[in-house]
Amino acid sequence: MKKIYLDHNATTPIHPDVYAAMLPFLKEDFGNPSSVHWAARNPRKAVDEAREQVAHLFNCDASEIIFTSCGSEGDNLAIKGIVESKKDKGNHIITTKVEHPAVLNTCKYLAKTGFDVTFLDVDSYGMIDIEELKKAITAKTILISIMYANNETGVVFPIEEIGRLAKERNIIFNTDAVQAAGKIPIDVKKLNVDIAVISGHKLYAPKGVGAAYVKRGVRLIPLIHGGHQERNRRGGTENVAGIAALGKACEIAMQDMKEESEKLTILRDRLQKGLAEKIPYTKLNGHPEKRLPNTLNMSFEFVEGESILLNLDMKGIAASSGSACTSGSLEPSHVLVAMGITHEVSHGSVRFSMGRDNTVEDIDYVIEVLPAMVERMRSMSPLYEAKTGKAANVSFSSSDCSH
Amino acid sequence: MSGGVDSSTAAALLKEQGYDVIGISMKLWDYPDDANKFAGCCSLDDINDARRVADKLDIPFYVVNMEDVFSKEVVDYFVSSYLNGETPNPCLKCNQILKFQVLLKKAMELEADFLATGHYARIIHNDRYKLLKGIDNTKDQSYFLFTLTQEQMSKIMFPLGNMTKKDVRNHAKRFGLKTAEKKESQDICFVPDGQYPDFIIKRLGTFIKSGDIVDKNGNILGTHDGLYKYTIGQRKGLGIARGKPQYVIDIDIKSNMVIVGDKDEAFSIGLIAKELNWIGIEKLNEQIEVESKIRYRHKGVKSIIKPAGEGRARVEFSKPECAVTPGQAVVFYKEDEVIGGGWIEKRLS
Repeated sequence: MKKIYLDHNATTPIHPDVYAAMLPFLKEDFGNPSSVHWAARNPRKAVDEAREQVAHLFNCDASEIIFTSCGSEGDNLAIKGIVESKKDKGNHIITTKVEHPAVLNTCKYLAKTGFDVTFLDVDSYGMIDIEELKKAITAKTILISIMYANNETGVVFPIEEIGRLAKERNIIFNTDAVQAAGKIPIDVKKLNVDIAVISGHKLYAPKGVGAAYVKRGVRLIPLIHGGHQERNRRGGTENVAGIAALGKACEIAMQDMKEESEKLTILRDRLQKGLAEKIPYTKLNGHPEKRLPNTLNMSFEFVEGESILLNLDMKGIAASSGSACTSGSLEPSHVLVAMGITHEVSHGSVRFSMGRDNTVEDIDYVIEVLPAMVERMRSMSPLYEAKTGKAANVSFSSSDCSH
Repeated sequence: MSGGVDSSTAAALLKEQGYDVIGISMKLWDYPDDANKFAGCCSLDDINDARRVADKLDIPFYVVNMEDVFSKEVVDYFVSSYLNGETPNPCLKCNQILKFQVLLKKAMELEADFLATGHYARIIHNDRYKLLKGIDNTKDQSYFLFTLTQEQMSKIMFPLGNMTKKDVRNHAKRFGLKTAEKKESQDICFVPDGQYPDFIIKRLGTFIKSGDIVDKNGNILGTHDGLYKYTIGQRKGLGIARGKPQYVIDIDIKSNMVIVGDKDEAFSIGLIAKELNWIGIEKLNEQIEVESKIRYRHKGVKSIIKPAGEGRARVEFSKPECAVTPGQAVVFYKEDEVIGGGWIEKRLS
């Protein structure tokens, strides 16, 4: 069976060069980078190099990079680490309703422990309103945490503008850049962010490694107390192989980003157009332009996204509905709910997220098999029959997707 | 695949017989962590067991989320049925709606030819699809299947119908399934500790008003703290002393009273069944003689059933039966064959 992977926002395959970069540290170069002897030399060098490579992705100094185990750790470190160090200055946190659970649930947890959290609304495109953010800021606001790009819809937030605002008001600004990393530039100087979090496995490195940019001078309390690693900001012997992999992955991302981005945009638009043309009653979820080049979130009315995913899987096509954390227990996506999308439409949503190995043939295969699948499932839906008689009255139709 | 030995073995047998098998688990209920260890079926642990079996069998496996429909069709029904003075049977509803409507539809959406489950029952086809008891008398689950339609039965397989539980366990061992020795689930899955009253109160978020326990002449014998705590035929926990054992003989929702009586008053000569479904026959045109089961573990009573209008049937027992309970199902058999069944609306005394 043909196997087509269109779930790169969940995780990515390891790039062959990244894989190669890890191997020495799983074999001969096993030393602990903190040791003084010969066995530490290559591991130490690898961690230093990787730190520079990752710093290059952020356009920051290597000393501003903290290696972590994953994106969730990075988000926890950023949020808990900042509020812990700033709690005598205030207790107010601002975030959005559409964050990844790593941010959302961390903030909800903090809300239970006495912090005051504002969860900003989004509009029907999944975009926040800067004026709302301005209004939310109080004298007690110590942290703004807003994602760079949304994992479900790919919507890209106005980070530069938010960063400028946070800087003016002297508030720490963290951005969860997990989905943005490798897909769009993360120039922390231009964006005015204080902290930015990425995860290795979203950019062709393995699972189990991530990094956070923490601007020099920004003090945060560690999540993991322990040894002196990461300048006392994250204890624990370094995951050398993972760190080397992340470094390599960032280097590749920097080299290929422009070209990849153009290619992915073509694939995404081809898929969007192809599906919208061949399948009636579809709707694009998210902003048509301000969006990651690789992400397409589409609703197919009168069918359940879950059923589509299972059927796609039977044909060898991997896609998802919502974030990987929620797949398998398909609650309506909190992101689509926050966008005001009805329960029915959000239930019919599927996320396709393309990556560097995808081809036009892959996309055309989906365009070939999916319409018949949806048609067949709709033919089993009494709702569809009832509604299609009134097709002209339905407020959204396939044409909505083309703008 | 519930994560139990039966559905695991059913999947393994079908795979062995050369079928192209897909495993599906239904996620029905969000168990709180602390209750997990009691959970009977479909808990996260059970879903993990099912997944491990599917891995072992090397078949695709999916978890489908049916929490919404379960909550509405089974749990809400369960609560409102108690509040209406009935004794609900959530397993019946779960079979009727979750398994053989929603899950069957999911299976058809996946272009499956059949939905197979681990039920102990048999389907045969001659002039129509007929439902037979499983050959293991102690395990027969045909009672839970009386709502099946001809259309549904044309797409259902019960691979364990011809086996005893012992056979199934032996097969499970032969296949090396981790669920081979797993113990049976007994309680209602979403109330794993068996404390229905607590569950109902928690679900409703309110307390239920107390009322009187009376005899059939209206003499007050005691107080009850919520009708939903009582079921027809119940003897224990009434908190009244009358010299001889007293049984719940009726629950009167209008007056909020539990009516008790002597043992002989807890017996009924028959019942009225509603929402009938016929399997062995096309419909009930005239009275016929059947064996009626009035609850899952009931051994059955010889009865005459007659059409009683508006989709109802009158069931007359050959001898009085204890604890005829509105809310449960009555299922009609001729020997091993399920003729049909319905929901018990009221008892005849």
